[in-house]
Amino acid sequence: MRKKDVIFFEQPPVITHWAAIGGKKEGEGPLAEGFDQIFDDNSLGEESWEKAEQQLQEQCFSAAVSKAGISASELDLLLGGDLQNQCTATAYAASRVDVPFAGLYNACATMAEGLCIGACLAAGGFVKKEAVITSSHFCAAERQFRTPLNYGAKRAPTAQWTATASGCCILSRQGAGPRIRAVSFGRVRDLDVTDVNNMGAAMAPAAAETILSYFAASAQKPEEFDAIFTGDLGLVGSRLVKELCEKEGLAIPMHQDCGLLLFDREQQDVQAGASGAGCSASVLCAHILPGLQSGKYRRVLFLSTGALMSQISSLQGESIPGVAHLAELSAEGVQ
Amino acid sequence: MKTSKQEYKGLCEGASPRSKLVKDCLWAFFVGGAICLAGECIRRMWLMSGKTLSDAAAMTSVTLVAASAFATAMGWYQKLASKAGAGTLVPITGFANAVVSPAIEFKTEGLVTGTAARMFLIAGPVLVYGLSASVVWGIVYAFLRPWL
Repeated sequence: MRKKDVIFFEQPPVITHWAAIGGKKEGEGPLAEGFDQIFDDNSLGEESWEKAEQQLQEQCFSAAVSKAGISASELDLLLGGDLQNQCTATAYAASRVDVPFAGLYNACATMAEGLCIGACLAAGGFVKKEAVITSSHFCAAERQFRTPLNYGAKRAPTAQWTATASGCCILSRQGAGPRIRAVSFGRVRDLDVTDVNNMGAAMAPAAAETILSYFAASAQKPEEFDAIFTGDLGLVGSRLVKELCEKEGLAIPMHQDCGLLLFDREQQDVQAGASGAGCSASVLCAHILPGLQSGKYRRVLFLSTGALMSQISSLQGESIPGVAHLAELSAEGVQ
Repeated sequence: MKTSKQEYKGLCEGASPRSKLVKDCLWAFFVGGAICLAGECIRRMWLMSGKTLSDAAAMTSVTLVAASAFATAMGWYQKLASKAGAGTLVPITGFANAVVSPAIEFKTEGLVTGTAARMFLIAGPVLVYGLSASVVWGIVYAFLRPWL
């Protein structure tokens, strides 16, 4: 059933299993215990950062599949993406398994995008079991979007730290686990932010738009949710999304941001928080889904937020469009 | 949403933390100053070793560049620069860091298409506009010289 931009499922698909893999800094952060595996060496023994990210995905995918107790060939579909040019980390990782693959790109919003598409396909009966995976790697992202790692530069206080992490969910039409009751594909919003060192500000309007449109369509109140998680708005974007929603008459005091949960912002020197396609994915799999499983959360909204610029568009002075996709998760199917 | 682009600009400014100007300036002043002091000590050492004034000056630059390249390769320069900012950027050591860091970073793409091609990624514009400015000034100076 569809109301405005929100798709409600009569038979909500289930996230049966999940896995999160992180790098060194993630292992030193507050969510360390939720990760399935932490690599203290961010190269993961590979010769390039790009291959390291590919390895991160391979490890995360295998962890999720083995927790599900299935073989990869039992999956009908793999949905995934990352931040590297042409999504190579995901494509190369997908080449290692024999599963139909659809590559996705919505920058840091890719995890929620994958969940939304995956949930629709599962609810529609087109796939029985599928995997959704995303990743990001600090070193691969730095050299692609910013400057070489060893270049001596001071980071702006509004800048965010790309997570070296991956998260993978196994979705199924039936089974036990947290359910995806509704999804909403976000609309792209661009309020003229051009500063690539302030991406939280660029993405906040899109997040606010998706949250507002969800509550307008669902006739529910924010108080009915234990938490509203956004992907990687960081300190600046989190302040802004609350302000924007409040200006429209919607108070969201239960808002939390994956970018502020993954690291200890003060202790770990990550400026405005974490970011990256692996940020919301790993926080989802290391914190939110385990929270739904354990009963800490009953109902939550999960959004990933993406800044849709490229290095070329930002050098050409273009402003940064943002997008945010939403999935409503509930613990009702948990056993 | 009702918020206009103009309004949002104001909200962003309010929500964004600012750089700690005094602390950043002190870091830059002391680290930058320390690098220059080290440079002066190195120059004295070259003079004591019997080099002429101009040779000692050239050898000082060479030594600082080599030290910066080494510190960059070991990953130390970036750690210091993340605190010192302009203090490590402005001296000649910052220029060496700007050349060496992409050379290391892009070696996975090959010695020719990676290291060599990308070596001047950051320093290139400094060279282009630095040399262009000196050429322009050279021409101006040639015309001014008879009157100076």
